[in-house]
Amino acid sequence: MKSVLKGVQLPNGKTTDVTIEGTTIAAIESTSEAGLDCSGLIALPGFVDVHTHLREPGFEASETVLSGSRSAAAGGYTAVLAMANTDPVTDKAEVAELVARLGAESGYCEVQPIGSVTKGLRGAELSDLEGLAKSSAKVRMFSDDGMCVFDESLMREALIRVKAFDGVIAQHSQDPQLTVGAQMNEGPLATELGLKGWPAIAEEAIIKRDAQLALETNSRLHICHLTTAGAVEVVRWAKAKGAKITAEVTPHHLLLTEELVRSYDPVYKVNPPLRRQEDALALQAAVLDGTIDVIGTDHAPHSAEKKQCEWQNAAFGMVGLEHAASVLQQVLIENGGQTWERFAALMSTKPAEIARLTGQGELRVGAVANLALIDPNARRTIQFQTHSRSQNNPFARTVLPGAVVHTIYRGRFTVVNQEVQELNG
Amino acid sequence: MRHLTSIRELTRESAIALLDNAQELAQVGDREVKKLPALRGKTVVNLFFENSTRTRISFEIAAKRLSADVINVSAESSSVSKGESLKDTAQTLEALGADAIVLRHPMSGAPKILAAQGWTKASIVNAGDGSHEHPTQALLDALTLRQVAASSTDLAGLRVLIVGDILHSRVARSNILLLNLLGANVEICGPEALVPSGIEELGASISHSFDQALERNPDAVMMLRIQKERMDGSYFESPAAYGRDWSLNSERLSKLRLNTKILHPGPMNRGLEISAEAADDSRSLVLRQVANGVAVRMAVLHNCLSSGGES
Ligand SMILES: [Zn+2]
Repeated sequence: MKSVLKGVQLPNGKTTDVTIEGTTIAAIESTSEAGLDCSGLIALPGFVDVHTHLREPGFEASETVLSGSRSAAAGGYTAVLAMANTDPVTDKAEVAELVARLGAESGYCEVQPIGSVTKGLRGAELSDLEGLAKSSAKVRMFSDDGMCVFDESLMREALIRVKAFDGVIAQHSQDPQLTVGAQMNEGPLATELGLKGWPAIAEEAIIKRDAQLALETNSRLHICHLTTAGAVEVVRWAKAKGAKITAEVTPHHLLLTEELVRSYDPVYKVNPPLRRQEDALALQAAVLDGTIDVIGTDHAPHSAEKKQCEWQNAAFGMVGLEHAASVLQQVLIENGGQTWERFAALMSTKPAEIARLTGQGELRVGAVANLALIDPNARRTIQFQTHSRSQNNPFARTVLPGAVVHTIYRGRFTVVNQEVQELNG
Repeated sequence: MRHLTSIRELTRESAIALLDNAQELAQVGDREVKKLPALRGKTVVNLFFENSTRTRISFEIAAKRLSADVINVSAESSSVSKGESLKDTAQTLEALGADAIVLRHPMSGAPKILAAQGWTKASIVNAGDGSHEHPTQALLDALTLRQVAASSTDLAGLRVLIVGDILHSRVARSNILLLNLLGANVEICGPEALVPSGIEELGASISHSFDQALERNPDAVMMLRIQKERMDGSYFESPAAYGRDWSLNSERLSKLRLNTKILHPGPMNRGLEISAEAADDSRSLVLRQVANGVAVRMAVLHNCLSSGGES
């Protein structure tokens, strides 16, 4: 099967045609052949999310691999890394293989399982890291996300062991003892609202410690969803020291602040919490100057029962796959004046590299045809109703720039004219 | 106004109007027939997820003096203790025809979310939520202070010292906001561990010596209840040590100026944060606070239920 995308703009600004044959990009040059009119659209390598919660197995009321990967396709993604905090936890080969197989069956994007660092996310004993790596799912990324690997010696050992197969530890940086009962960012607003505060140091101290362990072991460390101005400083310091450290920021921490918690609306309850305006600005600056390497959505779907209740009873988490590109366009292109090449690095190339995914994050002749075509001039009101099973979207009813018009996964259109396609196997 | 979940929802003008209204309604309590027909046919539900007999009775009397029908629902006696959610409870009360829900809840923000989510059309009145706010308590304190300051409008220039466990106190938060709105100067004073960081941004100066604060001759001293049930003992050394530094004991009482007023939201831990002598002193306004509580709650319920739904 052959498709020709006519008149697309490449990340470098050039306008041309892209020819796809089978699952491969066959040509990137003008052709006399007819094809799909893509004038005004920017072609980017399909997006890769290093931080997605798909909830299956175990929490299918919130999301399934199928519903989550449809949501991902709608957002321009061709690969998602599925977090390990399912039930059962992805702490052994069978679970990883199950998740990968469900992803392959869905057909909307590559679903690459993340293995847990510790058995059952209990933080006491390392998972079968080698078994996960050797499984058919070829796990390269490990995280206890949702929980912090707090035990320093376990963290050190994990960093050492994943070196054998070029793995990476993705840490959810949260000192559990400094955040007992924490409900929102610590500060005057938490005091006024009568909610237990979540100090910035609880995040920053863990990043500092782990960065030092990464330096000492010369291992790859990925910092999940950093949120404070101080955390940016720590990452900057560690990179200057030569640590193999990468950092991720979520769409919501880039644009939203703790002021929203005044509503006590649990849609704004997230872990780590929304911080102050000065933190959001520091994160935006860190995206612009390259201190932050990737956008990770931390897509965390929750059913209505877990969100329509008192703040303290509500679950932490927000959905994020369908509007992440729009948030980044706002921050990087519209406010930051940066290029689409930088955009592609943050959304595709760098995440694929961190996760060691082949066939993702590339837009060149001979590469796998994984593409997102976006209309940069669109402005749209973000909807609650999505392809996800959950509606916990903090950007609902807000207007953001850009729209994913088509998504192509392995040469096949998963999204056409903003409509997610029905795939039959 | 349609709801009252936080002092933040009031302007200086609307707060003064409520106090004026309460001042008028206070006279109903002096009549032989203590009843007005204002809320006849309306149903007020006191929904208490946390015990507070005093506050519940105060709201109940207020509603009845306005001829409303009153239903008391407490967490112990209903399905809410069996895990029924706030949403389900609100929808049930809606179906039963509640016009106003007076909500006491152990979690901060519960009244706000109930008012905002559309689970019920009823007016929501916050009767104390977690360590967030207790707006009707602040209003009754302001009414009491306004009466003794002999002001007919606001509390401009009045100096109020709030003492004790600020960390857990919703009364303190509501009072700081309202006293500021009305032009008073607020100083808060308590042990370091019980004064939360950033509280000064609500509009208060902070000090950590009760004796020094008293030397600045405040017009009123508001003692807070030590919330023993919320403490694990690590906040202060012992009741005796707390009493030495933070109690309005006989010694401090003797140094108080003749016109300095004493307030306490009750119930008092006599002998802990306040001595029996201070509680019963002629400068103590504790009983007047209780009486004003009914008047203020009448004004709030009347205002919420007669505003025809505009917010
Ligand atoms: Zn996390």
